[in-house]
Amino acid sequence: MAKTYIPKADDFEFIGSRDLNVDLNFASQGYWKGVAVHFLRNRLAVTGVVIVGVIILFAIFAPILSSYGYQEIVSVNDTGKELVAKSLPPQIADGSAQNLFADKTFLFGTDDMGRDLWTRTWHGARISLIIAFVAIFIDMLIGTSYGLISGYFGGLVDNILQRFIEIAGSIPTLVIISILAIFMEKGIGLVISSLLLTEWIGMSKIARAECLKLKEREYVLASRTLGAGSFHIIFKQILPNTIGPIITQVMFSIPVAIFTEAFLSFVGVGIVLPQCSLGSLIEAGFGNITILPYQILPPITVLAFLMLGFNLIGDGFREALAPKLEDM
Amino acid sequence: MSKYVAKRILMSALTLFVIIFVLFVLIRIMPGNPFPVERMSAELILQKRAELGLDKPILIQFADYMSMLLQGSFGNGTSLYNGAPIKPIMFACLENSFKVGVLSILFGTTIGLGLGIVAALNRGKFLDGLCTVVSILGVCIPSYVFMIFLQYFFAYKIPFFPYFFDPSQFLFSSIMPSLSLSLFSISTVARFTRNEMIEVMNSDYVKLAEAKGLYGFELLRRHVLRNALIPIVTVIAPLVVDLVTGAMVIEKIYGINGAGSLMVNAIAGDGVDYNYVLALGIVFSALYIAVMLALDILYGIIDPRIRLATKEG
Amino acid sequence: MGISMNEKIILSVENLDITFRTNAGNVHAIRGVNFDLPAGKTLALVGESGSGKSVTMKAVAGLLDDNATINSGKIFYRQADGNVIDLLTLSKKNLRRTINGQQIAMIFQDPMTSLDPTMRIGEQIAETILLHKKISTSDANKRAVELLQLVGLNEPEKRVKNYPHQLSGGQRQRVVIAIALSCEPKILICDEPTTALDVTIQARILDLIQDLQAKMGLSVIFITHDLGVVARVADFVKVMYAGKIIEAGTVDEIFFDPRHPYTWGLLSAMPDLETNDDRLYSIPGSPPNLLHEPKGDAFAARNQFAMKIDEREEPPMFQISETHFAATWLLHPDAPKVEMPAQLRERLARARKAANLQ
Repeated sequence: MAKTYIPKADDFEFIGSRDLNVDLNFASQGYWKGVAVHFLRNRLAVTGVVIVGVIILFAIFAPILSSYGYQEIVSVNDTGKELVAKSLPPQIADGSAQNLFADKTFLFGTDDMGRDLWTRTWHGARISLIIAFVAIFIDMLIGTSYGLISGYFGGLVDNILQRFIEIAGSIPTLVIISILAIFMEKGIGLVISSLLLTEWIGMSKIARAECLKLKEREYVLASRTLGAGSFHIIFKQILPNTIGPIITQVMFSIPVAIFTEAFLSFVGVGIVLPQCSLGSLIEAGFGNITILPYQILPPITVLAFLMLGFNLIGDGFREALAPKLEDM
Repeated sequence: MSKYVAKRILMSALTLFVIIFVLFVLIRIMPGNPFPVERMSAELILQKRAELGLDKPILIQFADYMSMLLQGSFGNGTSLYNGAPIKPIMFACLENSFKVGVLSILFGTTIGLGLGIVAALNRGKFLDGLCTVVSILGVCIPSYVFMIFLQYFFAYKIPFFPYFFDPSQFLFSSIMPSLSLSLFSISTVARFTRNEMIEVMNSDYVKLAEAKGLYGFELLRRHVLRNALIPIVTVIAPLVVDLVTGAMVIEKIYGINGAGSLMVNAIAGDGVDYNYVLALGIVFSALYIAVMLALDILYGIIDPRIRLATKEG
Repeated sequence: MGISMNEKIILSVENLDITFRTNAGNVHAIRGVNFDLPAGKTLALVGESGSGKSVTMKAVAGLLDDNATINSGKIFYRQADGNVIDLLTLSKKNLRRTINGQQIAMIFQDPMTSLDPTMRIGEQIAETILLHKKISTSDANKRAVELLQLVGLNEPEKRVKNYPHQLSGGQRQRVVIAIALSCEPKILICDEPTTALDVTIQARILDLIQDLQAKMGLSVIFITHDLGVVARVADFVKVMYAGKIIEAGTVDEIFFDPRHPYTWGLLSAMPDLETNDDRLYSIPGSPPNLLHEPKGDAFAARNQFAMKIDEREEPPMFQISETHFAATWLLHPDAPKVEMPAQLRERLARARKAANLQ
């Protein structure tokens, strides 16, 4: 620091013409690129992506690569008698021939029907994920459209739509599920329907709030003056700018959906046999928890990591979209 | 203020009425039969329908039901094996659920508040990290999974708590279910409190209070806590609702004879018991609306901005 | 000239150097700031946002955020008994109990957010008095009413019972001033006290502060980016850029004989009724990001008169007169002669004429 400056001959020459109006501090950076950079710099968010990514990969490939079907009851023929691999603890094939199933690998053990829990856990995760993605995707479509229309048109339309939401939102989820359970067969349809009826409200509130904010912006006013139609403005100009908050909401809704499925299946109005999901596997494991505690661990662990992963991603998104000053 | 309260009460009553109507109509127009067909003759069913008034037009049925409700009755169970009046059974179950619920709200808010405050005051240090871990756990682990673990370790492996709910030692056997039910509330309240506290501590008015010469506990008490805690009222309402849903499973696991398990039995059993679903649906909705209303009014009372704005407006 | 030598100086900041820890890295926000505040005078700290003027004052008031580290420097304060203390050596508790509120008071930029929304106004004023003086609650409340009267709020008896949201911005700023003056401080720090207010209210608040300064013998530090405000209230001006003072002088020296190209830019950017230009001048670019230590003169990238040395070595403070200093290589004897832009010179000449006429 304290070294003395050795003057150079050209020290007092002007640098000459430069374009001073090029601002080097705030070099142009696309909005989404900025969000992406912020997101990727967040270690927790990246961890979330890795967790969710790994689970999705396993959910896709593990059942395909497994040597057992998820419904398959594993058995061996022992001197003419059919022996079923019931309730075996986790094991890796070693061929030591100590028991009849020594040549078979059950990484998570088997359930009390003799089915491979490794295959069933990943198949269950697959079903849970499919339910969550489908339900939340439809929720996003419904909620966003509803919120944008309500927010954009305002006045009477908004008033009616918001009263409806107020009433719909005052019915506890449990009651909605119960009514559905009367109407519908138990199973995937019931789970998805109850998610459809409950989760869209939050989405529509966010879309409406964003829309109210955006519709007064100059660029919207400008295109309205130029004669753009309402639907053009809503879907071409407002919608693209609401995507950030909506994606964040989606990331927080997916774990809620996974949780709801697990809860419905546990109670007995969700997924039914022989199909399985994380919730129904937990329920089955719970039945045997005192005797065979290893059966409940895999589905619970996968569930917890899924919830963790999606929550971390959601948090990361929220922070990346609205960086606080101290994070800059 | 009183005008505002009156308006809110009126709106809530109206909402409840609409909900009751919708529930009633949905349940009545439902396809299928409220009786186990295979065990009853067609004649008996017709007779039973007339007896229950199911052959009348739906609006008249609704009027009948409303007048019955206003007299404080919820009618009888519809399925043949349970023709007893609903009210005493339901209220006995509600009482159990209510006690566990209140206890878990107490756990949730006090532990959550404490954690959040401690975390905010030790921002970036060990206790803050601990709070973050607890709130992440609370969000990732469903309450019933936590309940299963507690039951397995502290009632089965180490038989300290009773393995199933025991009404004779109510408080003691409520600890595990209340704690697991409150896990989600703890994490939500803690996270919210922490962020709210940090925001308030960085606010201009707290800086001004410091510039006045306030510090330490006095600063917290006079300016930080009050401002940070007012908005927490808003997160408690949705938590109460989650509680009801969560209670359903916890009650099943821990063998609590509560409203949640009553609902599960009504929908997940062999024959759905329509009148139970209706009665419980009405009670849950009414409770929810009442809680929202109470919190809304409470919020108005503790925040002068709302209190005075509504007085003038 | 140290504070201990000169009895007229009430506050002296020496070599202040502050770094903020952020997620992106360390921000070297204050890079060696020196100034003296003569008792009873008004000092203006001028600069763009991010130049470090507010941080400097927060350091003086002991209100720096937790992520700030003071690397070096001293902040000397002359107490009423003549003893000089370094405020940076005091514990937080000690500082709050003995200095904040009763010696050094502060007015913040945004009156809309600087009052506690859940506490009555009277209580917020009385709180300060009760904190520092042995006085009964009812006397403190009476004093609160008097203070509201002093700052020109009508119906003070009614106002003490109001909550902040019931008052307008100008009224709230008066309340904040009343709070600041409640314990008769020696130094009043005003952090852009009028920026958030309407123009007509701005003038009244400035008048009020000057009026009270004369009445109570306050020494005032004004933080602002508005040179109009500076011309109106200040005795001395320090222009800050990128965490350093780059030009210092009396208000006349800065306004009529500015030497630093940045000061020229600031003055040119000031709206003026008589300028014939269609467009108002603005300094190109934006202040440097102090996440990265600037090399050479931090202003070089935006300076149309930048020389090669500006990119190599930081300029020292060149003395122009007894009170006037500027940190630019243009003042070096070897530097080519550079005059301020002609337009600005005309403007300043007009302004000088107008000033002489008064």
